[in-house]
Amino acid sequence: MKTTSFISIVFALSATSALAGGHCAAGKTLTEGKLTIATGNPAYYPWVMDDSPESGEGFEAAVAYAVAAEMGFAADDVVWVRSSFDEAIQPGAKNFDMNMQQYSITPERDEVVDFSAPYYSAPMAVLVVGEGKNAEATLEGLKGLLWGAVGTTTAVPMLTDLIQPDSDPLLYGDNADVTAAMQAGQIDAALFDLPTALFLSAVMIEGSSILGQFPADRSDNPDQFGMLMEDGNPLKACVDEALAALTDSGALAEIEAKWLQDTTGVPLID
Amino acid sequence: MTKLSLRDVVKRFGSNTVCDGISLDVAEGEMVCLIGASGAGKSTLLRCINLLEPIEDGEIFLDGEDISIPGLDPMPVRRRIGMVFQSYNLFPHMTAIENVMLAPRRVYKKSRQELRPEVEALFEKFGLADRMEHYPDQLSGGQQQRVAIVRALAMKPEVMLFDEITAALDPQLVGEVLEVLRLLKDSGMTMMLATHEMGFAREAADKVCFLKDGRIVEEGPPSVLFENPTDPQTREFLARVL
Amino acid sequence: MADQSAAGRTRRQIYEDRLRRRSLIIAGSSTTIVVLAVLFLVPMAPGWEKVQKSFFNWDVFAKTFPGLLEAFMLDVAIFAWCAPLIAILGLLVALARDVRSPALFPLRILGAAYTDIFRGVPVILTVYLIGFGIPGLGLPRPWNSPYIWGSLALILTYSAYVAEIFRSGIESVHQSQRSAAESLGLSESDTIRFVILPQAIRRVIPAQMNMLIALQKDVALLSFIGPVEIFRQAGVYKSLLANFTPYVGAAVIFLAVTIPATRYADYLLAKQNRERS
Repeated sequence: MKTTSFISIVFALSATSALAGGHCAAGKTLTEGKLTIATGNPAYYPWVMDDSPESGEGFEAAVAYAVAAEMGFAADDVVWVRSSFDEAIQPGAKNFDMNMQQYSITPERDEVVDFSAPYYSAPMAVLVVGEGKNAEATLEGLKGLLWGAVGTTTAVPMLTDLIQPDSDPLLYGDNADVTAAMQAGQIDAALFDLPTALFLSAVMIEGSSILGQFPADRSDNPDQFGMLMEDGNPLKACVDEALAALTDSGALAEIEAKWLQDTTGVPLID
Repeated sequence: MTKLSLRDVVKRFGSNTVCDGISLDVAEGEMVCLIGASGAGKSTLLRCINLLEPIEDGEIFLDGEDISIPGLDPMPVRRRIGMVFQSYNLFPHMTAIENVMLAPRRVYKKSRQELRPEVEALFEKFGLADRMEHYPDQLSGGQQQRVAIVRALAMKPEVMLFDEITAALDPQLVGEVLEVLRLLKDSGMTMMLATHEMGFAREAADKVCFLKDGRIVEEGPPSVLFENPTDPQTREFLARVL
Repeated sequence: MADQSAAGRTRRQIYEDRLRRRSLIIAGSSTTIVVLAVLFLVPMAPGWEKVQKSFFNWDVFAKTFPGLLEAFMLDVAIFAWCAPLIAILGLLVALARDVRSPALFPLRILGAAYTDIFRGVPVILTVYLIGFGIPGLGLPRPWNSPYIWGSLALILTYSAYVAEIFRSGIESVHQSQRSAAESLGLSESDTIRFVILPQAIRRVIPAQMNMLIALQKDVALLSFIGPVEIFRQAGVYKSLLANFTPYVGAAVIFLAVTIPATRYADYLLAKQNRERS
């Protein structure tokens, strides 16, 4: 009995290390044999269901496990941690191998941290309440609205460069505050990436609707989500390789189709 | 003719009886000096007459009119009774002349221009003509106290109360203030003084009252009270201070 | 006489000169050592290059500073309309807490409750609750503006503090001033208006200056409910450029205002202490 369990432990250990040892990620993760992934606190639908990434439910959770599997990690070897935006872009050592919370890839951010190849390209959508619902879904029609956005996202340059509203937009710290301002009637419209807009209109803001979406190529800087890593992290090559394989196999598209709603029905704004 | 009359005035602070049935008449134009050790009740009595402190029992009459009725508006009475304090209590943020004009301006609704001539005359009379635009902290103690007297006089009071007004002054400044009191007496003002200046009381007062433990132990003209006191307590006090 | 030197100084003066020279030398050399240590040791730290790039990036600073300065004008504007209203409301609350008439007793209770509540709640909570809460009741535009309600939150909070300072000033005016005014036949309201308040206000000016400095910084809290003032603008730049230098730029602008103001408040306070002693 004693011998058997001892042997099985030795076998299990050697099996794990054998697997990792033969793979790209070997020796490149924070904890050998484990892949540590950070998400937001809390993490939201539809990116992570019920704030529990361990379930693999939700778009980012599902992508995380698919990438991990592609890199040779068992589901049990994926360790989840939580982090905030500021924590993630600070210089210095990270407490995660990669961080997934809808980080838009920008060249400036790329100077401080590393991003994987994009795992999603999110079109921007216009969420409206009250008066805003009567606006025309054209660039001209949007100018007259009172705008709001989260100040730390790429929605801000899109707002100021592309839409150029007549009155200065109001900016907020997070989605919850934009939501509160919409409910208080202080803004007519807000820019979100489409998945967030869908969620907010369906669940959070009563009486709101999505006026339209911008094609991703409309702006110079289509919002692409990448996994954030410490600058110079050697793991990046492995992650990119895994993402490329998932894209080629169509697995990524399948996950996207499953977790992010079909966007037809929301008109394009030209 | 009696100007001011006290009948069995009682004043307590909590369980401490400060005035214990004081009766006193002050005739028109008379100067009455209250003498006695600190804590005898002299200051409190003056504050009661000015209605700064409500009395527990007894009556105070001004021209035969009871001014100690509980609930009576004290403001019209205070205009008729001026008071000067030991610590001058000038308003430090105003010049001397502003100090003097504030109350007549607000109470009698007179303009500065209307008041100016009579106020200037008062300053002149008390040797302060060149001090009108000074702030209190630019004046000596004696000058401040004289401004305080002018301030009270500007309300044209019928009676003046002086609460130890020379006690805080340097000895060489006492004289100029006492000189003002003499001037006032000569002009016929009815006055009550709480004082430690025995020499002045003896020479200038019409009547002197010796207070002890909230009671008037003995009263009379200064010649009698200072030369021939009848009560042993008065004798003991005078022996100590003279 | 024999103790005096050729220069005619007493031996005490010579001794004190020597002490002064020595302390000057010690202060000078210790300051030099500390400055040199900071200049040389900090860049030697392994993370210095990254920190410098993130926090002290000259290109980013030059690029964002004009925008920050423009956003700061909004802070100045909010400050400019809040400060006088705070002074007025604070004074009214202080007076309400001081009324003696029994008919106005409810006013006293209200004043006390007001100062307790608004001093007890963090400013940011008040900004959120009033800034989003009251417009959420369904006010029409422009009456639901975050500028109005956010400013009101600041005004309510700061008035509570300012009222307490005014009250301490009122209480610091000696009772004898009240007696003197009353003995002249001045009414209670005239006594307060012409005798008590002018002295009370003068005494609390340094303390109120410090409140103004605090307000100047807390204006940035309005950014939480939408207005793009300097703090939010710095945050936008930070996100766009993935660099913290805009925050340093904002700090520089704040300091350029608050350091002179603080020095001035300290000077007033020192002057007042000198006058009182």
